[in-house]
Amino acid sequence: MIDIPEELKYTDEHEWAKIEDDLVVIGITDYAQDALGEIVYIELPSEGDEITKGDSFGGVESTKSVSDLYAPVSGEVVEVNESLLDSPETINEDPYGDGWLIKVKIHDSDEFDDLMDNEQYSEFIEKETHK
Amino acid sequence: MQQTELYRLHEHFGAKFIEFAGWEMPVEYSGSRKETIAVRTSAGLFDVSHMGEIEIIGRDSASFCQWMTTNDISKLKNFQAQYTMLCNHEGGVIDDVIIYKYSDDYFLMCVNAVNTAKDFEWIGSVEREFKVEVLNKSFEYSQLALQGPQSQNIIFDAFGVNFCNLKRFYFLQTSWNDIDLMIARTGYTGEDGFEIFIPWGDATEVWEAILDTSSEYNIVPSGLSARDILRIEMAYPLYGHEINEDINPIESGLSRYVRIDKGDFIGRRALVRVLEAGPEKKLIGFEMIDRGIPRQGYPVLSGEAELGSVTSGTLSPSLEKSIGMALLSTNAVVGENLDIEIRGTRRKSRIVSTPFYTNKPIKKEKKL
Repeated sequence: MIDIPEELKYTDEHEWAKIEDDLVVIGITDYAQDALGEIVYIELPSEGDEITKGDSFGGVESTKSVSDLYAPVSGEVVEVNESLLDSPETINEDPYGDGWLIKVKIHDSDEFDDLMDNEQYSEFIEKETHK
Repeated sequence: MQQTELYRLHEHFGAKFIEFAGWEMPVEYSGSRKETIAVRTSAGLFDVSHMGEIEIIGRDSASFCQWMTTNDISKLKNFQAQYTMLCNHEGGVIDDVIIYKYSDDYFLMCVNAVNTAKDFEWIGSVEREFKVEVLNKSFEYSQLALQGPQSQNIIFDAFGVNFCNLKRFYFLQTSWNDIDLMIARTGYTGEDGFEIFIPWGDATEVWEAILDTSSEYNIVPSGLSARDILRIEMAYPLYGHEINEDINPIESGLSRYVRIDKGDFIGRRALVRVLEAGPEKKLIGFEMIDRGIPRQGYPVLSGEAELGSVTSGTLSPSLEKSIGMALLSTNAVVGENLDIEIRGTRRKSRIVSTPFYTNKPIKKEKKL
């Protein structure tokens, strides 16, 4: 069963985002980690990097595939989950918790508000899987 | 998409699937890292029923195989197997195969799933010049690969047959529970192990008998991802990566399987020319110094020059580093540094000797 927490926002590239202490925390969804399979490698931006909504900000590799990570919002990266570099499988184990990727200071809160809510995302993956 | 007869069983074991050569195959069960380590230290069981099987029957079978392939088939005894290649007239590799010799007039060729139809057509086009019959038996066989240092004990426990006298690259026929099995001491992992040819429809029983020994041995179902990692760690070529119809065996470092002196065979003239002039490309193995996993197609650079591209790469669980192979247009040597372009940035790597992994005690290398 795919977990889609109510309190998060989602993108059609299967990232999640949430607001925490004025910052936006970004990760990949349970659906994404399940579809990828065992994650063996992750590449993340550095603190201070600027990311742009819709653009690639890193990559994730599993035994099945190599995928880009796409920014749900634009902003400055202020914190990176460095522990994932040594143990990327944490993303499989806890995609919404310890498997978070980066924290971003955003410039435009509309970008965040425009993201899908849990119900919209749930419908979206329903459609994806029945394509 | 085609499924093997074990598809439901794989689902039951929690497999994730991937499309490979028109087949829906298990890519991993418990995770490729765990499966790879199990094969290196104990045992793994793979469903490789997608592999193609082509039978060659008739009076001229031996001379036919000798004409079709690059290695020397005349050296084979009955119930012995050989790694060899089918080449085109230009010396390019049509496929790499294992030939199993039952007798002078009966051979079985195990071919890559992606090439089964192509090989069958190619072999058939030469067939009429010889007194042989070529049959595509791919849908009459399931195939399992049991690989790892515990394989011999597991197979003894599962089938009650003692294999300690079966040498590597030999095979035997046996019957178990009224199922005719052909069991070969061959594999694609660098470990001891067996490839088991089973009549299509009977593989479930064989699979279960082998996994039933798991109370005694650490044996895990293993998928195509672990299989790919294991073969890369050994620097074994895979069709579509290190070899294809535009790459000849000399360039891929497979000269030892090309017996120029055995007499004429398809591709010989072209390969003699390559040997005389020296190959234009060279396959090398490298390990990453910087972070990143090399993947097929990534450019290989030195200074301003693009030297070639990566053919295969992976994060090796056995070595805990990223490794890869690349086909280069220059004669690069072990110890030389190269850049691999990964996700748009250049990463440092170093050419190393292959195989990357050796299960013998590691000798300390003396650096100059």
